[in-house]
Amino acid sequence: MSIGESSTPLGKVRGLGSAREGGEHWLTERVTSIALLLLGSWFIASLLLLPQLDARTLTEWLRAPSAMIPMALLVIVAFKHALDGMKVFIDDYVHEPGTNFVVNTLLLFLAVGGAAIALYALAALAFGAAV
Amino acid sequence: MAATRPRPLSPHLTIWRWGPHMIVSILHRATGIALSLAGLALLTWWLMALAKGPDAYATFEKAAHSPIGLIVLVGLTWSFFQHLLSGIRHLVMDSGAAFELGVNKTFAILTIVGSVLLTALLWAWQMGARP
Repeated sequence: MSIGESSTPLGKVRGLGSAREGGEHWLTERVTSIALLLLGSWFIASLLLLPQLDARTLTEWLRAPSAMIPMALLVIVAFKHALDGMKVFIDDYVHEPGTNFVVNTLLLFLAVGGAAIALYALAALAFGAAV
Repeated sequence: MAATRPRPLSPHLTIWRWGPHMIVSILHRATGIALSLAGLALLTWWLMALAKGPDAYATFEKAAHSPIGLIVLVGLTWSFFQHLLSGIRHLVMDSGAAFELGVNKTFAILTIVGSVLLTALLWAWQMGARP
């Protein structure tokens, strides 16, 4: 069966188009959104269920693997989802190819840099000396 | 001359009659941008402050408890719930469902009602009911 006769519209789009990767971007945005549905709800619920939100309680909570691991996942997936979403916004409004490339590259650096800083903070909390 | 006649433009915001679906679509994008930029910056700052210790966290808390800080936090929690609920709506619509006019409109209104309600509940809990 040729790709053109694929059974679903998504199957036809996947891997096609002039950029050859638009379908993957679309799909990644959806998959990360489902992950964030879980991780975001966990994050909000956890904060609401802590007895208080002072530095000591939060640090103790976050240093435990049960919070540290989902928090690391939340940071990675949230920055990836933000990057994918902001790219759609930029591609919609910045049409000139040169400017589009510059803005998208800045966005990529911002997202990767931000994620690295947040993950460094988590590593410091997990493996650093107890505060 | 026919060649210089202005080409027809595709319809944009001004031509459509406003409805809940349109507002929710615009809100989805606006809240996504707010969460990407302000939300992730705040999350990173919060994690960094926790990693640095009580003094750095006191600075964060002072900013968070200021009037502007509270407005930002309430705005971001509402953005989170609005983006989450309209995100679920998008996932449902990606499956090909909920395009019927009535269902679509009701679903759009529900995302706004839900996000305002959840934001109010969260802050009521945070401000008073927390055990």
